[in-house]
Amino acid sequence: MKMKIGFFDFAGCEGCQLTVMNLEEELLQILQLVEIVEFRELMSGTAEQIEIAFVEGSICRPGDRERLQRIRQRSKFLVALGSCADNGGVNALGSDRTPEVLRQQVYGSDLPHLYTETPQALSAVVEVDYRVPGCPIDGHEFLAILQALLLKQHPELPSFAVCVECKLAEYPCSFDYGQVCLGPITRAGCQAICIDGGGHCRGCRGLIDNPRTSPYHQILEQHGLSVEEILDQYRTFNVNEKSS
Amino acid sequence: MKIELDYLTRIEGHAHLVVDREAGKVTSCQLQVVETPRFFEAMLQGRHYTDVSTIVARVCGVCSISHTLASLMTTENALQIEVPPQAQLLRRLLSYGEIAQSHLLQLYFMALPDYLGVPSLFHLLDEKQELIARALRLKRTANRICEVVGGRPIHPVTTCIGGFSARPEAGELKKLRQELVATLPDLEATVELFSAFDYPEFSRQREALCIAPEGHYPLHGNRLLTSSGDNYQADEYRSKIEEYISPNSTAKLARTERGSYMVGPQARVRNGHQQLSPMAVRVCSALNLNPAGLNPFENLKARLVEVIHYTEEALHTIDELLLTGMNQVLAKETPAEGGCGTATVEAPRGLLFHNYQYDKQGRLETANCIIPTAQNLAAIETDLQLLLPELLEQPEEQLRKNLEMLIRAYDPCLSCSTHLIKIDLV
Repeated sequence: MKMKIGFFDFAGCEGCQLTVMNLEEELLQILQLVEIVEFRELMSGTAEQIEIAFVEGSICRPGDRERLQRIRQRSKFLVALGSCADNGGVNALGSDRTPEVLRQQVYGSDLPHLYTETPQALSAVVEVDYRVPGCPIDGHEFLAILQALLLKQHPELPSFAVCVECKLAEYPCSFDYGQVCLGPITRAGCQAICIDGGGHCRGCRGLIDNPRTSPYHQILEQHGLSVEEILDQYRTFNVNEKSS
Repeated sequence: MKIELDYLTRIEGHAHLVVDREAGKVTSCQLQVVETPRFFEAMLQGRHYTDVSTIVARVCGVCSISHTLASLMTTENALQIEVPPQAQLLRRLLSYGEIAQSHLLQLYFMALPDYLGVPSLFHLLDEKQELIARALRLKRTANRICEVVGGRPIHPVTTCIGGFSARPEAGELKKLRQELVATLPDLEATVELFSAFDYPEFSRQREALCIAPEGHYPLHGNRLLTSSGDNYQADEYRSKIEEYISPNSTAKLARTERGSYMVGPQARVRNGHQQLSPMAVRVCSALNLNPAGLNPFENLKARLVEVIHYTEEALHTIDELLLTGMNQVLAKETPAEGGCGTATVEAPRGLLFHNYQYDKQGRLETANCIIPTAQNLAAIETDLQLLLPELLEQPEEQLRKNLEMLIRAYDPCLSCSTHLIKIDLV
């Protein structure tokens, strides 16, 4: 009997589900072991009971909460897929304003069907068993987490920072270019892909468990970077994370 | 009696279709977009120009490259930055990869199950192994273009203001070229597959809008062309296109003074078929696709013609990049202090507009974006209203299927369409 898994989405870009689709040949191999019973983007149909529900997106409307609770009820494990589900991600960028102000700014009106609340992570509504961080998720990390669950083990995320992966790959340090980088405080697992691409870390995988902020503040000071520059970076994917 | 199709499947994003009929007549037909509004335009306010494209890419995972490029080009127009020709070529290559990837996903995974009579391709894992393997191989190669040029298939990491922060190695491009050539037999098999289906018959007059095919098939550019012959600069769009709110939809809709219009593969083929590659022209005939045709179900054929066209163009672009080298892929000049700009790119689903105003510190003051699906929604709804009376005699299951197939033929991308549309308060 194959394990039944489902994919669900709330407010988000569907890029994490697409990353799963992009596993291509590996996805075909997974399908030897599991049965995808729900995946609205790719199939019609629903299922009664699900072993693992992978849920993408943030919770923004009362109807979302009820739908997520129903998914939780019929799933043995619930896994947050990507930063929108994990910590609110970019959806939370507007949380410095009320939803009323946002509606006025974008639609110029306040019709009832445009009603939303401040976007929240899944964990604000239901118990989340595991999470795949990142914007978008890393396909191979998703596979590793699925593999662990298939083997009835507890999947674990790296507890060290992106900086470690970056140093191991010997990429030039963003700070040497005078660029704020969130690599020292962001959870590893992405192989520092943005720094490899000539950019810097914007922290899409969320903070490591115990970020050591005082040495980080020193690094920022040494490079003469302004608080505003730091906050700009911080307020991209980590609006909902506590800063210190 | 009421027909409700809740949470339409095999489309990108969330929508319901609600049809009311009484005594054999349709009394109302609404395509309701229920995707959650995410207010990106407001969230961009105050952001530094170097962060805007990264944030706005998150509007849509399927067309993150189009959003990234439209955003970068808009900022570059606003701040008067000239992108070097080699970087422009790399950007074209990146778009080819995204469009091919998105089209192949739609054709094989979203549309094909309707024509094969199954709920999803996964239901054919045993019987159609080769077909599924082929679909995945083709998608893989299209994604490889995005990986080699953009660093990864979704939310690119090498793109930046002025061009690219990292360039592909020549060796990687050569390998990519070989991989693209190796897909040709799979593409032939795909053409054969899609030429064998019966597409529902349905036509109506509707306007088509895309980037003007000047020297190239529509892709990147600042002039637009309508099928009625109107040719104008993209930054005049506010005087040509009106955005409006419907009580049924969290997506804002768009219309011209002549009413609803269509963007996307069929619109591009209709206005730009003279610029199709030789191989794509042959595929047009093999699929029996009339470039001037008005049957929206044939969007599928137009999509496949474009996959062929962009593959052939990608091969030529790689050759050109290898020949000219990639010595300069990043602009050198300093950005202007503030300004206003508009840019348009052809996303997989059609024309995408971004328009930004920056202050003197390079922080965004206002953003306005018009997304392809928002432009198509009114056309889809009008199509549905006209198609429905022809279908009312059919058994309900068949009727539902036909309505879904029409909506899917447009490949609506609703996670995009609801976030970025801003009303002009006049």
